[in-house]
Amino acid sequence: MKKRTTWLALLLGAIPFITLVLALPLVNRVEPLILGLPFLLFWILAWVILTPVILWLAYLAERRCRRSDDGEAP
Amino acid sequence: MNTALLIIFGTIVGSAMVGIFAGRRVKMNLENWTVGGRQFGILIIWLLMAGEIYTTFTFLGASGWAYSKGAPAFYILVYGALAYTLSFFILPAVWRAGKKHHLHTQPDFFIKRYDSRTLGVLVALIGVFSIIPYLQLQLAGLGLIVEVASGGAIGSGWAIGISFVLTCAFVYTSGLKGAAWVAVIKDVLMILAVAIVGLGVPIIYFGSYDAFFRRLMEKMPHHLVFPGSTPDMDVLWVMSTILLTGLGFYMWPHVFSSAYSARSDQIIKRNAIIMPLYQIPILLVFMVGFTALLVIPGLENSDMAFLELVKQTYPPWFLGFVGAAGAVTAMVPAAILVLYAATLLVKNVYQTAFRPQAKEVTVMRLSRIMVLVIMAVALALAIFFPNELVNLLILGYDGVCQFFPGVVLGLFWKRATRTGVLSGLLVGSVTVAVLILGGFDPVFGLNAGFVGLVINAAVTVGVCLVTRPTPREQMLAD
Repeated sequence: MKKRTTWLALLLGAIPFITLVLALPLVNRVEPLILGLPFLLFWILAWVILTPVILWLAYLAERRCRRSDDGEAP
Repeated sequence: MNTALLIIFGTIVGSAMVGIFAGRRVKMNLENWTVGGRQFGILIIWLLMAGEIYTTFTFLGASGWAYSKGAPAFYILVYGALAYTLSFFILPAVWRAGKKHHLHTQPDFFIKRYDSRTLGVLVALIGVFSIIPYLQLQLAGLGLIVEVASGGAIGSGWAIGISFVLTCAFVYTSGLKGAAWVAVIKDVLMILAVAIVGLGVPIIYFGSYDAFFRRLMEKMPHHLVFPGSTPDMDVLWVMSTILLTGLGFYMWPHVFSSAYSARSDQIIKRNAIIMPLYQIPILLVFMVGFTALLVIPGLENSDMAFLELVKQTYPPWFLGFVGAAGAVTAMVPAAILVLYAATLLVKNVYQTAFRPQAKEVTVMRLSRIMVLVIMAVALALAIFFPNELVNLLILGYDGVCQFFPGVVLGLFWKRATRTGVLSGLLVGSVTVAVLILGGFDPVFGLNAGFVGLVINAAVTVGVCLVTRPTPREQMLAD
């Protein structure tokens, strides 16, 4: 069976869970204002916007892994 | 006849027409009706899933929460991003299982994977009980929006009645495809309305976003950090709620099944990458709630914050436009919810438990009739008990979350057994029901549904480890 995912992709997938859940107690404050937004809201928004980028990287990692798998298969 | 009324009425009828015509060229069988013939490309899947996520709760509830509770509302912005991240890894496998075994619904998955009809019927029943309050909430929200937006010209009961008939019409004729095409209209209107109001009101009242947030922080510094203006929604509650809703999101029977409608597993995967972009408009909804808090404080019903602010700021025809967008925003999820509730009852309760030999044509015909029955029940509930089911909705989310261990372990762990999943599901659901109905939510600052899910997962894994999968289960695990 072909490998469906890689450790690298899974690690990338863990990032939103770390930044948007585990890190919340550390970023629960208003100052400093960034781009006019209170810090907590800015942090959340920034990581929500970065999630597609992270998933895209995971997608590339999986593709590369699958291609090298295909290369080795007879 | 006033302009607002004309805009609302025209939009609702026009959208329903598009939905009805969407299915005209297709010969309707169960596969086409429930999962769009597994033919949807990336754009339509994106719009369809967005159609399921952006409900009237997002419109009225998120602004209402920002208004009355403050920072705890941010969970609504976050959980989607986590749900999509998870779906990137899980949903393609769900799709492959569906394609391989011709599955239409979520209980189909459980029946096939665990070779257990009992489990299937149980999942179907929990699913239907979770869906009905959700559906009722859409109808009640629609009534409220149209009544306010038309300046009281159409009463809430009439608005619900008219859109009920139209929604049933396009679900009946076109199934999921109808809902997907109406979702296109809905998404455009919704984004326009939210963008115009969300970007506009802070500027109109405060000159700049910076000045707007500064003003908000001066007046209520605690409102923008957890626990906001609530006594018990502190950071721990937010974290457990985000996890619960993020994990549970794709466990809603209708969201789970919509994955089957994609053309390939790659479409599902690429869709997961772009889905989080759809969260950004929620920020704008928050802005509306916060602006309303400064401009029109002291509203009795915080869910009215969005509409009241629009009413006070913009001309009546624009309020009509927002009302039209809001109405279609209720119709799309309502259509998808009623479609799957009907299919669950007929296919996975009636056929699975009582008439395994029923033909597909019969299941299809009965499902169509069941659409009308369920809609009528939700309509009656929405008119006679407009407020009392909100608590049931919370229970519904906590209920569907309990499917998570069974789905994920079923896909990726060969040792998962029906006894394990069944025990976990029962223990988890009972725990949640006792905690919530007994008034123990939150439990030590944690969301009660999350506590149920953790216990469920532990029981599932524990029982799976001491039971052996039957040879048939083992075979189906691949």
